Amino acid sequence: MINDELQNRRTVIAIIMSVIIVIYILRLFTIQIIETKYKEGADSNAFLKKTQYPPRGLIYDRKHNLLVYNKPAYDITFITREVHDLDTMSLCRALNIDKAYFIKRMSEIKDRRRNPGYSSYTPQLFMNQLSSADIAPIQQSLYKFPGFYIQIRTLREYTYPIAAHVLGSIGEVSQRRIEKDPYYTMGDYCGRDGIEYTYEKQLRGEKGVEILLRDAKGRIKGKYENGKDDISPKAGENLTLTLDINLQRLAETLLRGKVGSVVAIEPKTGEILAMATSPTFDPNLLVGRQRSKNYYELLKDPTKPLMNRATQGQYSPGSSFKTLQALVCQQMGGITEHTMYACNGPQSSPVKCTHHHGSPVSLVNAIEQSCNPYFWNAFKATIEKDGYGTKNAIFRKNYDEWVERIKSFGLGEKFTDSDIYEQARGYIPTQKFYNKVYKSVTGWRALTIRSNSIGQGEIMATPLQLANAMCVIANTGYYITPHLLKNDTMLQKVHRCEVEKKYFPIVYEGMWKVFESGTARASKLEGIEMCGKTGTVQTHGKDHAFFVGFAPKDNPKIAIAVIVENAGFGSTYAAPIFSLLAEQYLKGKVERNELQEKVSNTVTNSNVKKR
Amino acid sequence: MSRNVSIKYSLDRTTIIFYVLLVVMGWLSIYGASYDFDQPGIFSWDQRAGKQFVWILTAFGLGGMLLLVDYRVYNFFAYVIYGITLLLLAFTIVAPSSIAPDIKGSHSWLVFGPISFQPAELAKISTALALSKFMSAYNYRIRTWKDLIPIGLFVFVPFSLIVLQKETGSALVFISFLLMFYREGMNGIILLLMVFAIILFVLVIRFSIVPILDNQGTLGILLAMGIILAIQFFYAYFICKNKKEALYLLGGIVFIGGASLLTNIWYKINFNYVALGIVLLSAIYWTITELFFRLKNYWLIVLITIGSTLFCFSADYLFEKVLEPHQQIRIKVLLNMEDDPTGAGYNVNQSKIAIGSGGFLGKGFLNGTQTKLKYVPEQDTDFIFCTVGEEHGFWGSTLVLVIYWLLLMRLLKIAERQREAFNRIYAYCVASILFFHLMVNIGMVLGIMPVIGIPLPFFSYGGSSLWGFTILLFILLRLDASRLERI
Ligand SMILES: [Zn+2]
Repeated sequence: MINDELQNRRTVIAIIMSVIIVIYILRLFTIQIIETKYKEGADSNAFLKKTQYPPRGLIYDRKHNLLVYNKPAYDITFITREVHDLDTMSLCRALNIDKAYFIKRMSEIKDRRRNPGYSSYTPQLFMNQLSSADIAPIQQSLYKFPGFYIQIRTLREYTYPIAAHVLGSIGEVSQRRIEKDPYYTMGDYCGRDGIEYTYEKQLRGEKGVEILLRDAKGRIKGKYENGKDDISPKAGENLTLTLDINLQRLAETLLRGKVGSVVAIEPKTGEILAMATSPTFDPNLLVGRQRSKNYYELLKDPTKPLMNRATQGQYSPGSSFKTLQALVCQQMGGITEHTMYACNGPQSSPVKCTHHHGSPVSLVNAIEQSCNPYFWNAFKATIEKDGYGTKNAIFRKNYDEWVERIKSFGLGEKFTDSDIYEQARGYIPTQKFYNKVYKSVTGWRALTIRSNSIGQGEIMATPLQLANAMCVIANTGYYITPHLLKNDTMLQKVHRCEVEKKYFPIVYEGMWKVFESGTARASKLEGIEMCGKTGTVQTHGKDHAFFVGFAPKDNPKIAIAVIVENAGFGSTYAAPIFSLLAEQYLKGKVERNELQEKVSNTVTNSNVKKR
Repeated sequence: MSRNVSIKYSLDRTTIIFYVLLVVMGWLSIYGASYDFDQPGIFSWDQRAGKQFVWILTAFGLGGMLLLVDYRVYNFFAYVIYGITLLLLAFTIVAPSSIAPDIKGSHSWLVFGPISFQPAELAKISTALALSKFMSAYNYRIRTWKDLIPIGLFVFVPFSLIVLQKETGSALVFISFLLMFYREGMNGIILLLMVFAIILFVLVIRFSIVPILDNQGTLGILLAMGIILAIQFFYAYFICKNKKEALYLLGGIVFIGGASLLTNIWYKINFNYVALGIVLLSAIYWTITELFFRLKNYWLIVLITIGSTLFCFSADYLFEKVLEPHQQIRIKVLLNMEDDPTGAGYNVNQSKIAIGSGGFLGKGFLNGTQTKLKYVPEQDTDFIFCTVGEEHGFWGSTLVLVIYWLLLMRLLKIAERQREAFNRIYAYCVASILFFHLMVNIGMVLGIMPVIGIPLPFFSYGGSSLWGFTILLFILLRLDASRLERI
């Protein structure tokens, strides 16, 4: 039988098992009896693995002004097993707490239901994030309280109380993040939003470790093998941002008392020079022990100061959209630079004109005077240029083309290759969307979606997208992904727009005339020719005031979008902000102090907290 | 009632004694590892020792219940249980995270309200049962290579499902069935080849970082090729007694080796390719010898030569592409190629320090500071053996190993006394699974195996694994007890 033939294999298997077990016993013999390396420490020497935190990288602006740096903060920890003969009263005095708090805190820490990781052998956090001033008294008398330790951490400090949304903040790492990235351990700090979040890996550096020996009573006896296995921490990288801190500061000042935002970009490089939102807050509020309390207060503020309106606010672009409309309609052959349309002012149908000007109007004048009927006619002529076709197919194809060309200005999608934290998408309504809304492919025509012609209706854009679209015009046909970190690889992210260069000069001229003789002539800046476009967007409340543009006219250095919510006319509330920012950036200072005062002190929303 | 009476007499009490001993010692170690002077309450539910106590009581109850089940059930339902297990394994992979949450990167638990369990634990038992049933069929016998295909599939399907759950450790346990295959007639060369492959892999990887001469190849490949040639020589000279042919081979090697060394004076060559050339020429040489001189038995050596050469040259690639980075680091640390005292190396280093500090007698029960200061990670699950080493020293840890050895020997004895092939095969499965766990777990703790997270049977903290091993063992005890019932 097979059984008998194979029975001696049992012996082979028994031998294999026995050999392995004998090898293991020999190995035990080696490490427990023979090797002295472990025996030397056999009288219960133990290691203390002490984490060495690296300094976090500093953050500078484009002109190397320091924006964010580190300040030390101190945690008080204790190890229960090492605490003895504690003079509670004098400890409380040194820490400036009362005895009741001490008792409460101690019982909290030792309650395993609330602190499951508690061990009497490992350091427990008693108080956290004390300032240097708080720590001074206890530092001198620490030797009197065996078992208590001071752990140094770094917190952020800001040179200027501005750019909170761009810079972001750091806070204790969440459980979810710990699970995703094994670098972190409980209680570590990490970037929570803004630049601090996007460039966390660069800023955080690398933790080091110091391996200390201690005896059975837990006393530290020195470094393990003279620090042979220690790893020194690697400091975080310093970052240089594209922001110009003077421009940023001016932008935030000008937005005071208003709800709105400003984005300024250098067209040639896509570098964001300023990104301001209002209401805003002092970044120092989200540092240290007060962080969670302040955060909660900001969170429940009805004016939503935590929201970055520059990237997350979505608005109908209104008349500022007419500049893009002028370009795309020319490219698609709907109009030429010589096309004229009649305008009957407020009596025009189906789109009314809000301005008074001569008729018929040319393209240049239509941009300058922001003539609604002109752009309605141009839009209709463009997307209905080849008629409708069966089932509207030709019309819909032309509409698709229009959508694609508009989107090529950076509208309707996030800048996915950018380092900007949390952007909104904006929206350019697709053919699919209208088929659904009007329930069939034949249910809609140019007339149905006429609001699109003047940048109202379903079209949505963020201030960042509008500023970027101005860069496309300033560059006559391309943009570089807007970004916040100064770095050459970003400059290679060039996006061409789907409008040929030859269609741009006429739009340039129209936008220049806006300052020369059009809606923004009051905001003209002496000595510098600027191009811009006002916008006054109807909303449920008071109109939103818009202004977009770039300067100088020849070889533009800055493109800006300004939005002031529920303020009124774009020319009154947004254009001066544009003009002052251009002056600051191009001339290095603002000479129109009176205007600056006036704009800064204008309050359009009394709920916005004075800072 | 008559069955109960018969069980009382036929139950293998020796095994039960070893089982209880191990479980109790394991519990004391968990108690030691998680003991805290501030909270001496042993039976508190909050404490791991308290929880494990409950697990142990329920495991005993479960074991007792299994003894009451009719022994024919296991044979009868073997395929059904196997099928259900495969479904559960597959379900675990596709289930939403509310039922199968990610725990420490693996996706192997099913959670239904308060109850959670690991289908992989069940898979060992049901695969053992299914194999026992299939292989005990009267018309099945391992005679040729082809007979290994169906039983290989029985193992491979649950194995790959568990790998997909990212529980590589639990999946590797299925390798242990090879021992049982061997007992049931698989050619022993397969076991030898596996050991040979591991040796080659370790050599190639370990010495792949040691260049020879002026970066002209690596020591790893050279050593591996040397071993292959040595085996050829040994096989021809001592086993086939074809001394003349063996000496020709040696001469050829010396000639080509010498010639390439000479060439190297004028023209730098890569010695890896020289070694490869020699090995391939030797394979051709043996093929010709076989064909023209009718010397028998060289096909095998030619196959092994070609196979292992391919394996060696792809080992580097396999290492980097198939293994995940953390697994690579664990192996590199084990082979002393990388110093990582804070990462993968830290665990093993701390574990060795804890055990080493125990000395001969140990520090005494509850006096292990290393484990208590929580320097040893997973000190009550995968690294539980540290506590034994630290608190009870060399004699204590040896005692534990000896008890395991006695248990394994007892299981082999039980296996061989079975009349039913089903029972014997199942018994070998149990012995092999327990042995594999023991070998990998303690090997890891002692720093001679890579870090593979599988528990020490009956010892490690955790209800799922204790229950799993208890069921595995008590089914065998029930089957064994039936040997007298048949008469
Ligand atoms: Zn008009």
